[in-house]
Amino acid sequence: MIDHRAPPPPAGPVPWDKKFALRLLADMVRIRRMEEKSAEMYGAGMIRGFLHLYIGEEATGVGALHALQPEDNIVATYREHGHALVRGMDMGVIMAEMYGKREGCAHGRGGSMHLFDRATRLFGGNAIVGGGLPLAVGLGLAAKMQNEKRITACFFGDGAVAEGAFHESLNLAALWKLPVLFCCENNLYGMGTALERSESQTDLCVKAASYNMPALKVDGMDIVAVHEITKQAAQRVRAGEGPLFVEYQTYRFRAHSMFDAELYRQKAEVEEWKTRGPIHTFSARLKAEGKLTEEEFLAIDARANAEVDAAVAFAEAGTWEPVEDLLRDVHAS
Amino acid sequence: MSRKLNYREAMREAMHEALVADPRVFLMGEDVGRYGGTYAFSKGFLDEFGPERIRDTPLSELGFVGAGIGAALGGMRPIVEVMTVNFSLLALDQIVNTAAAYRHMSGGQFSVPLVIRMTTGAGRQLAAQHSHSLEGWYAHIPGIKVLAPATIEDARGMLAPALADPDPVVIFEHAGLFNMEGELPDDWTVDIRSAKVRRVGRDVAIITHGGSLPKAMQAAEQLAAAGIEAEVVDLRVLRPLDTATIAASVAKCHRAVVVDEGWRTGSLAAEVMARIMENVFYELDAPVARVCSEEVPIPYARHLEAAALPQPEKIVAAVKEMLG
Repeated sequence: MIDHRAPPPPAGPVPWDKKFALRLLADMVRIRRMEEKSAEMYGAGMIRGFLHLYIGEEATGVGALHALQPEDNIVATYREHGHALVRGMDMGVIMAEMYGKREGCAHGRGGSMHLFDRATRLFGGNAIVGGGLPLAVGLGLAAKMQNEKRITACFFGDGAVAEGAFHESLNLAALWKLPVLFCCENNLYGMGTALERSESQTDLCVKAASYNMPALKVDGMDIVAVHEITKQAAQRVRAGEGPLFVEYQTYRFRAHSMFDAELYRQKAEVEEWKTRGPIHTFSARLKAEGKLTEEEFLAIDARANAEVDAAVAFAEAGTWEPVEDLLRDVHAS
Repeated sequence: MSRKLNYREAMREAMHEALVADPRVFLMGEDVGRYGGTYAFSKGFLDEFGPERIRDTPLSELGFVGAGIGAALGGMRPIVEVMTVNFSLLALDQIVNTAAAYRHMSGGQFSVPLVIRMTTGAGRQLAAQHSHSLEGWYAHIPGIKVLAPATIEDARGMLAPALADPDPVVIFEHAGLFNMEGELPDDWTVDIRSAKVRRVGRDVAIITHGGSLPKAMQAAEQLAAAGIEAEVVDLRVLRPLDTATIAASVAKCHRAVVVDEGWRTGSLAAEVMARIMENVFYELDAPVARVCSEEVPIPYARHLEAAALPQPEKIVAAVKEMLG
């Protein structure tokens, strides 16, 4: 049986200057507000299909992505709105994609689960659990064969660890010493199945280490720890030491998707994890160090809300692709 | 001038040419390197091009096909060899859910210039798990091109345009063809768009592809001895199908038999027949017939395997029945 209780609240000094700390805080707030609005717009019928929210897990994506370089490749999952945003995709473009509008990143062909951005080297948005891992191996292989300095960061959940693709990919990456950083966002549940109900070995680092790569575990609710460990990990991968596995122990506060009645976990468990919410714990640490005032926090929040409002307005003003163009982008020509 | 070579040599030459021509091209798959290729297609390549470009993989079809997709996205031009179509089932997710859909679901931002080659077909007493002809399945999927080289020219010539294509291309090589010899003219050119008439006739169009092409040609010779001139159409490109060439041949012969080593139900043959109905129904003097594999997992015993597959005799019989 693994422990579903939340870890102690993140504490300790924040080793960053105010500007950088506030930037990361702002990104977490931007994700939170965007996701809340997405849920609202889903309820209003403006967003359809599946919608998987990142609420609760913000410290992981924000901390990790800020440890990477613009030339690096990102491979993500269907819970990737936050990754796309932090990587630099315009919030309006993300929202327009979820609305199914032509102004979305994929002209409405992909929706919530398929955010792609060539400019920021975001290779999706993959709705097959584990589906992104082999792709990341190939991106790593291409970089190595072309002597490029870029690394590939591949995000996936604990559920993916049960897929064959996970094992094949970690083996290939280690065998060929590829510059791939495997970022496992362990939120304890693969949809409704708790980790200990699907894994005979619940220590995911043990699995990764069996492929002869370093495997690190970190409190995914602690943005400082997330960022620092990812920075070190990325440095090692970039130095050509081969792949590395990081397990971010995190928690999603909301349902798996909008169709989830959450019958598989206790409300008390969720409530306990919410007390470790990455935004308020990080804010508290910054305030204690004098790096953040309540006014500054409110300003960050107001800016995020304004950005969200503008994104919704952009999506709503967007247009529908003409049905005559239905067959475009199947082949090059 | 022309020169004689077999299918295996033609394919080997094509890959060699591609590896020499473009440093982005590399070959990856099970036993392509030290072993020299399961069917010796890449014999000697490891010494010539080195282990980076002639990359032996573990038995991880899902992993290395997906890695091929990623490498293509990352700027390389991989040739991924999946030993046989039977094992490609382990990689279907990456081919269908990723490679085929990637351009579309990214709104045209990304393309996957990947070539996947695999052996297909039965006829070597390899039983139920090593005898599939599933190219019809792949031909069902928008977003990939599906090729079936059945001549020396196509074995030699289809790879280059496949590698030049910005989208994923899957090439099916029928194991029954590997030792086939033929003349390669000096001025050969092939495309990956069209079907081709391999034998001109007037009484019936026999439409086929891959390993069934030589069988159809044999059947046509036997029919000629009986005074029936069959036209043989080699589909070559299974997706997208060249409907115009099929329709032209049927319009000319007014009768058609489709030969396909896939199982009858839901076969590529069924698709070809449907296109004939849609396009040239009023040209037909008889219902279109087909010769497919019998609906049984392919058996080991020689006589049973032979009975399960399309054979020249079955094609001849189907034509004669049609002509009354």
